[in-house]
Amino acid sequence: MIPVLFVAFAAILVVSSLLVILHRSPLTSALFLVLAFCSLAAIYLLLHAEFIGLVQVVVYAGAIMVLFLFVIMYLNLGRDVESGVTLLLRRGLGWLLAAVLVAEGVVLVSRGLAPGPATPPELGAAAAGNTQQVGLLLYSRYLFPFEVTSIVLLVAMIGVVVIARGRREAAPAGGAAPAAVRSGAAEPPGEDA
Amino acid sequence: MAALLRDPTVLVAFWALVKIVGILLVMLGIVAYLTYFERKVAGHIQARTGPNRVGPWGLFQPFADILKLFFKEEFIPDGANKVIFHVAPVLAVAPALTSFAVVPIGPDFFVTDVNVGLLVFLAMSSLGVYALTLAGWSSNNKYALLGGLRSAAQMVSYELALGLSTIGVILLAGSLSLTEIVEAQRGSFQYGPLALPRWFVFTQPVAFVVFLISAFAETNRAPFDLPEGESELVGGFHTEYSSMKWAMFFLGEYMNVLTISAITVTLFLGGWNGPWLPDSLKFLWFLGKVLLLVFLFMWVRWTFPRLRYDQLMSFGWKVLLPIALLNVLATGGVVYWVGSR
Amino acid sequence: MIPLSWLLLLSAVLFALGVVGVLVRRNALVIFMSIELMLNAANLAFVAFARHLNSLDGQVFVFFVMTVAAAEVAVGLAIIVNLFRLRETVFVDEINLLKG
Repeated sequence: MIPVLFVAFAAILVVSSLLVILHRSPLTSALFLVLAFCSLAAIYLLLHAEFIGLVQVVVYAGAIMVLFLFVIMYLNLGRDVESGVTLLLRRGLGWLLAAVLVAEGVVLVSRGLAPGPATPPELGAAAAGNTQQVGLLLYSRYLFPFEVTSIVLLVAMIGVVVIARGRREAAPAGGAAPAAVRSGAAEPPGEDA
Repeated sequence: MAALLRDPTVLVAFWALVKIVGILLVMLGIVAYLTYFERKVAGHIQARTGPNRVGPWGLFQPFADILKLFFKEEFIPDGANKVIFHVAPVLAVAPALTSFAVVPIGPDFFVTDVNVGLLVFLAMSSLGVYALTLAGWSSNNKYALLGGLRSAAQMVSYELALGLSTIGVILLAGSLSLTEIVEAQRGSFQYGPLALPRWFVFTQPVAFVVFLISAFAETNRAPFDLPEGESELVGGFHTEYSSMKWAMFFLGEYMNVLTISAITVTLFLGGWNGPWLPDSLKFLWFLGKVLLLVFLFMWVRWTFPRLRYDQLMSFGWKVLLPIALLNVLATGGVVYWVGSR
Repeated sequence: MIPLSWLLLLSAVLFALGVVGVLVRRNALVIFMSIELMLNAANLAFVAFARHLNSLDGQVFVFFVMTVAAAEVAVGLAIIVNLFRLRETVFVDEINLLKG
């Protein structure tokens, strides 16, 4: 039953990822990427990683992709138009490289070079639930990376506000993506006033 | 075939399906009557009676509304992105309905007990942002686009305060599972002859207020309903929608209100806990509390003026978020101090 | 029980698709999305090994990767928005002022 579900979600994942890179309009690519993330979250749930699976939906599908959508709508991007011989050459090389990568992966896996026990021990049905276990690890062995990550986020926040603000002449009320929306949303009333 | 029916996974799936369909039908019925309820409440707050023509006390009004909407002409704007235009209303309803899979309605009455139930609700409310954004974009209409982007930014901002205010509850209950959170609110504190129920609204009052305000913003209800700004942005993100699609947005909004009320009751107001009733009837307590909270949503809508968009955003980021963070700190400190004694 | 080889194969295919996206597409936003695909392929490998080696360190690492990816997307999109304001384009081929 579980392998069947896994194959189904993996198929959705691969097809939507293909459509992400192939579709001409960036908005549709973003929406297919959301679908890919949600099916990846389902695969995480099948692998007993409940916390990570749901955080994947909340963070990736629910926040990062919304940010992508904001920017695409703010920049008002239409369909891409691409043509030319150099383009075909580049595309050919790109697909060739990808085929080489996948072939490598297949060879490694089929020769049994992927480590791991043949039959993994069954995870104890939650002496503590998955979230509690991840939390315990996070705050004991990985406390320092955790604190560093919070500094990374702080720096990113400040950096985004500074970068998106732009030059004084270019953007009167700059800021991160929500504020970029705000400046896009605040201008029409400003024009009317 | 018989062997398939006896397979335990299939049986579990079958009963889950039965429960899902049952809950869905009941909820859709309740949502339809919430529209009637809102109009009645609005009427009485504004010193007039609401609808009272269609049937006794106007009780058949939802049927009249649905019939009318069904027969309206459905038009699609010229430059609209057809696929997304049709899909957006569905996205408005689906996440809210899905959250109900983890809400415990009674002591043994829930679709499933996931050990990360609260995260499922947060995930679904994150996905609810897409409906409004895509509706605004696909309408090829600048008012709709503005409404959609504003509402998306608003929902994303208030999601933070929403999530952070639940951390206090998680700390006190010791689990993310909604059934365990309700179990942790059993019983009451005894102070002589007085008994205070052990609900988290009494031990986490600040978190409750922050959660409730964020819930108003998450569901785009007044005083935070500028995105659908009826008097300012024409129709906001649903300007170009008509007939059944508009009805779906409308129902989706009430669905969201119902879901968030159910989650608030589960987290803060004790879920199905209540005196005097046997276990099999405890779901009545749950329903009663949810309806009370829905009434509060409607009461607030018709009482307060609308917040301006920049006031709204600065309130969410500069007031609610720090308060929620401080609440997390304080709760963590108290739990640690009590635990170490 | 899902075999480890299937999961690693899926991760390799996702990664390869991400590489193709970065190399083939000219739109900076789609390139960014392909980078996210690659990050998720790595996440999948982490979770797969966490399951098969019965150790939760993989999941903790995924947590960190997600946080860093979020920060990176925010900064990258801010740069793209700024670039668009300056050059009126998001196509990486046309941002060639430094070209000799």
